Amino acid sequence: MIDLDELARRFSSLGRTEIVRWIENRWIVPDEQGGAWQFREVDVARIELIQHVRHEYTLDDDAMSLILGLLDQVYGLRRQLTRLCDALEQQPPEIRDAIRRALPAVKLPAGKEPGS
Amino acid sequence: MTTPYEVLGVKPDASADDIRKAYRKLAKEFHPDLNPGKPAAEARFKEVSAAYDILSDAEKKARYDRGEIDETGAEKPRYSYRPHAEGAQGRKYQPQGEMDIDDLNDLFAMFGRGGARRGGRAGGGTGEGMSMPGPDRHFTLTIDFVEAVTGGKQRLALAPEEWLDVTIPAGIEEGQVLRLKGKGGPGFGGGTAGDALIEVHIAPHPLFHRDGDNVHLELPVSLTEAVLGARVAVPTVTGPVTMTIPKGSDAGTRLRLRGKGVQRRRGGKDAFGDQYITLKVVIGASGDEKLAEFLSGWAETHPTNPRAGMPGDSGADNRATRQSA
Repeated sequence: MIDLDELARRFSSLGRTEIVRWIENRWIVPDEQGGAWQFREVDVARIELIQHVRHEYTLDDDAMSLILGLLDQVYGLRRQLTRLCDALEQQPPEIRDAIRRALPAVKLPAGKEPGS
Repeated sequence: MTTPYEVLGVKPDASADDIRKAYRKLAKEFHPDLNPGKPAAEARFKEVSAAYDILSDAEKKARYDRGEIDETGAEKPRYSYRPHAEGAQGRKYQPQGEMDIDDLNDLFAMFGRGGARRGGRAGGGTGEGMSMPGPDRHFTLTIDFVEAVTGGKQRLALAPEEWLDVTIPAGIEEGQVLRLKGKGGPGFGGGTAGDALIEVHIAPHPLFHRDGDNVHLELPVSLTEAVLGARVAVPTVTGPVTMTIPKGSDAGTRLRLRGKGVQRRRGGKDAFGDQYITLKVVIGASGDEKLAEFLSGWAETHPTNPRAGMPGDSGADNRATRQSA
C-alpha cells in the first residue's frame, strides 16, 4: 500500500489535486489508516484505467462516472459468475450434464423443445 | 522508481524549453568525457539521457504521462485492470447490495425469478419460476458407547435458537450417517428442503468393547471366586446383572450372557447379540505367607506347566514354586 504522496509522485502528470478530485467523485476509493489515505494495487491500476479511458475518448466527469458504474457492474457480475462456475464444477457429472442439456433451451423461442 | 521529471529535476508541467535547459545542464555536469573514471557519473548521465529521450519527444512524453510506457520507454501492459478488478482487492469496487450472492435466492432475485424463501410466487405456471431442492447440511455427532448400543435421543445445537432432535437407533455403528429428511437448507422457489446428514462417532468405553452385535467385557475375579465359584454382579450395557462364576473357572475362561449384546439391525425387535465375559483372575494376596506355604506343599503333588508347547519350553520339570522356595 502506498500513500497519497507516493501516488502523486507516480502520477506526476496527473497532479495531486486531480487525484483528490477523483477520490471525491468516488472513482477511487482508498483505504483509510490513521486518518490518511492508503492506496492498494487495485487503486493504482484503476487510476491508470481512468487516465487511459478519459484520454482516449475525451470524457467529461458524468460520462466517466457512468462508464465506471457500468464497468463495476460487469466485473461484479463476472465475479458472481465465477463463483457460480466454481459451484458447478464441484457438482457430480450427472448434475453438470443436466445443466449443460438445459442451457441451449435458453436460446430457443418459447414453446419449442430443444433438440436433444 | 524515479520518474523522468525527477531525474531532470523539473516539474511535470515544465515547458519543452525548461526540459531542454535542465537536460543540457545535467548532461554537461555528468558527461563521461568530463568525468573520466567515474562510473557513478556515467550511470547518472545514462539516466538523464533516457529521461530526456522520453520528455523531449512530445508523443513519448504524452504516452508516458498516460502510463502507456514506463520510465525506460518500455511498453506497459494496457488494460491491466481486469486481474485487479477480479482479484480479492477488486471486491471494494463491486456494486453494493444488489450483487452479493449468498445463496441461490439472491441469484434468482437478481434476474426477477421467484426467489421468495417460503410460500412466495413460484412462477405462476409459465415456466418462469425456478424451483430447486435446498442444500444438504452436514454435521458430526459423538455419542457414548452405551447410547450407541441401546439407542437414545440427542439434541444437536445449531445456533442458540435452533436445534435438531436426533433419534439414535439402537446398535448404530461407528461412522454411520443418519439422514434427517427435510432438515437441511430451505428449498428455492417452492423446492423441497435439503436433508441434514449426521455422521455419528462412538466414543470408546473404559470397560466394554464391541465386535459386531456382541459386547465384550473383561471381568476381574479373585482366586477364591475362580476356584470355588461365586455369584457376582456384572455390568452390562443395560445395567448390572448377577451371574454365576462356575466352580473351577480359570483366567481367560469365557462366559456368555445371552441377549445382553447389541440389538440386531436385522432380525426383528427382540434379536440381540450376546455379552461375552472373559475372566481375569486377580490374586491380590502378595506377601500372604499362609498362601505361599500352602502352595509350596500343594505344588509338590500337582506339577503343572501352563506354557507347555510354547517355543523355548523344555517340557521337563517346571515347578517354579519349588525353585523359588
